[in-house]
Amino acid sequence: MKRRTLIATSALALGLSALGGAAMAQDDPLKVGFIYIGPPGDFGWTYAHDQARLAAQEHFGDAVETSYVENVPEGPDAERILTQMALSGTDMIFATSFGYGPAVNAVAERFPDVAFEHATGYQQESPNVSLYNARFYEGRAVIGHIAGRMTETDTIGYIASFPIPEVIMGINSAYLHARAVNPDVRFRVVWAYSWFDPAQEAAAAEALIDQGADILMQHTDSTAPLQVAQDRGALAFGQASDMTEFAPDVHLTAIIDNWTPYYIERIQARLDGEWEAQNVWHGIPEDEVTFAPFNDRIPDDVQAEAEEMIESIRTGEYHPFTGPINRQDGSAWLEDGEVAPDSDLLGMNFYVEGMSGEIPE
Amino acid sequence: MDFSSFNPMVLAAALMVAATPILLAAIGELVVERSGVLNLGVEGMMITGAVVGFTAAVTTGNPYLGMLAAMAGGAALSLIFGVLTQLLKANQVASGLALTLFGLGFSALLGQGYAGVVPPRTAKLDLGLLSDIPVLGPILFRHDPMVYVSVAIVVAVWFWLTYTRSGRILRAVGENHDAAHALGYRVLRVRILAIMFGGACAGMGGAYLSLIRVPQWTEGMTAGIGWIALALVVFASWRPVRAMLGAYLFGGILVLQLNLQAAGIRIPAEYLAMSPYLITILVLVIMSSGRARKSLAAPGSLGKPFHAAG
Repeated sequence: MKRRTLIATSALALGLSALGGAAMAQDDPLKVGFIYIGPPGDFGWTYAHDQARLAAQEHFGDAVETSYVENVPEGPDAERILTQMALSGTDMIFATSFGYGPAVNAVAERFPDVAFEHATGYQQESPNVSLYNARFYEGRAVIGHIAGRMTETDTIGYIASFPIPEVIMGINSAYLHARAVNPDVRFRVVWAYSWFDPAQEAAAAEALIDQGADILMQHTDSTAPLQVAQDRGALAFGQASDMTEFAPDVHLTAIIDNWTPYYIERIQARLDGEWEAQNVWHGIPEDEVTFAPFNDRIPDDVQAEAEEMIESIRTGEYHPFTGPINRQDGSAWLEDGEVAPDSDLLGMNFYVEGMSGEIPE
Repeated sequence: MDFSSFNPMVLAAALMVAATPILLAAIGELVVERSGVLNLGVEGMMITGAVVGFTAAVTTGNPYLGMLAAMAGGAALSLIFGVLTQLLKANQVASGLALTLFGLGFSALLGQGYAGVVPPRTAKLDLGLLSDIPVLGPILFRHDPMVYVSVAIVVAVWFWLTYTRSGRILRAVGENHDAAHALGYRVLRVRILAIMFGGACAGMGGAYLSLIRVPQWTEGMTAGIGWIALALVVFASWRPVRAMLGAYLFGGILVLQLNLQAAGIRIPAEYLAMSPYLITILVLVIMSSGRARKSLAAPGSLGKPFHAAG
C-alpha cells in the first residue's frame, strides 16, 4: 500500500515537472539517466555511449543533469534499476543495450511521463518508448574493403559476439566488400558469446591468428584482441571507439559509434517539450557512424578508395547491400541493382554466398 | 571442413599458455588437499589475485611486483578460510563456497576504475639458442617466464612431497590427522601453511590472466577456471605430475574449441566447455571402483575437521 502511494506520488511529481517544462528548466535541471551494459572504461560500446553523455552534459550545462548506472545485466536487474531511476525523478532514460527491451517496455508503461530511449531495440509498446540504432554495417563495408585490399594471407579473422542479425549483418557487409576487391578472401569467424569478455576475446584473437588470419575484425567491445594483434604483428580494426593507443602499430582504423548528435537532439526535444517516440536508424550520413584516423600503414590508394566509399554512402549514392547478392546456399536474395530493405537487414539470419562455415543456432 | 590450417606446433604452444593459470591454481589446491583440507574457494582466491596483481602492477609499473602482490592477496584471503575452518572449526565446504562468492564481489569492488587500463607488459623470456630448435623451440621455449615458473613449482612440489621430511609430515597430516597429532606434529600449523600456499598459487594463477594472458582487468574474468582447477586435482588423483598433464589436457580443450571454430568446424561450444567436468566425473567413477581404488584414493582425512583431543 505504502509503495503504491509512493509510486503514485512520484508519478504525479513527474507529471508536474513535465508540465512545468522549459520554464522550470532554469532552476530544476532535466534529469537524464543512462543504463550501461558494461563499464564506461571498456573503450568500446559503453565508452562510446558515455562519451556522448559527457558531450551532451557539456552542451547543455546546468539545464541538464545526467547520471548513469554501469554493468547492468539484461533481465530483471535492468527492470529494477529502470524503476529506481524513474522513481527518483529522472525525466528521460537512455537504455543502451538490445536486451533491455522487455524491461524498458514494462517500466515505460508504469511511468508514462518518463521518456525512454532504447538503443538497438525493436519493441515499442508504449508511446513513451523511442528506438534508435546505428547502421554499423556501413562502417563494416569500409573496413571490409580495406581488409580485402591489405590481407596477404587472404584470411580475415572475425571475432563475433552473438549470432543475432546485427552481428551477421556486419559479417556479411565486411565480407562482401572484402571479396569485391579480393575474390580469394576467406573469413574465419569465432563466436565469443559475450559482448565484453577480454579473456575470451584475446583467446579468440590468438586462435584466429594461429589459423592464418593476418587481419582481425571484432564485433565485441574490449581492446584485448588489438593488444594480441599488436603482440603478434597482425593488423586489426578497433570497435566503437578509437583504440589506437592500445595497438599503435597495427590499429588500421576503427568504426566509431558517435551518439553525441542524437543525444543532444533528443534531450533538446525533451527540454522543449517536443519529444515524441520515434524509431530511427542513422548511419554515416548523420555522422552517427564515423571512423578513427586511418593508420599510415594503409596505402594511399586504399585510403582514397575508402574515403570515396564513405562519401558515396554519405550522399546516399551507394548502399552496402546492393544486389546482385545471393544467400550462402546459392538462392537469390537481391536482384541486380536492388537495395536491401531495412526489414531484411534487421532480421538477417543467413550468410551471403561465398562465406564458409555455419551460423550457430 | 578444413584441417589444413591446423598447425600442431602452434596449438601445442597455445595450450601451454592457456593451461598455466589452471595449473598454478591446481598445484596450490593439491597441496591443500594433501594436507587434508578441502578449500572450494579457489575461484575467489584467483579473482582476488587477478585484481590485486593488476592494481599493484599498474601502480608500480612492474608486472613481477604485481605477481608478488597477487600471491600475497591470494594468501591473505585464504587465511580467512584458514582461521574459519582450522581455528573456529567452521564447515570447510560452506566456508570455501563463501570464500568464492566473497572473492568475486570483493574483487569487483577493488577493481573499480581499473577497467580499460593497460598494465605494464611482461617480456617473453629470451632463451637464445633453445628458442631456435626446430619443433621444440616454438612449443616449449618461446613463452613468458610464468609458464616456466608454473612447471618449476610442479616439479618442486612433487619433489617436496615425495622426498623431504616436511613433505611427508604434510602427507601424514592429510592421511590421518589423529595419528600425526599423536606423533607430535602440529596439525593446525601445517594445514594453515598449506592453505596459505594454496592461496598464493591461486592468486598467481589469477594474476597470470589479468597481467599476461589477457592482459586487462574485468569483473569475473576468471570465468570458472578455479572450478576447473578443483576438478583437476581430483582428476589427477592428488599427484603433482598428473595435475600438470591434466592441466595441459584441459587447457588443450579450451584452445582447441576456439581453433575449431576459427577453422569453420561447428562443435557447439557448450560441449567442450563441460568436457573437463565430464572427464573428472568419469575419472571419479573409475577411481571408486575395483583395484584402482587403493592407489588412487583421496587423502584419508580430506575435509574432516580436526579436534585436538587429549
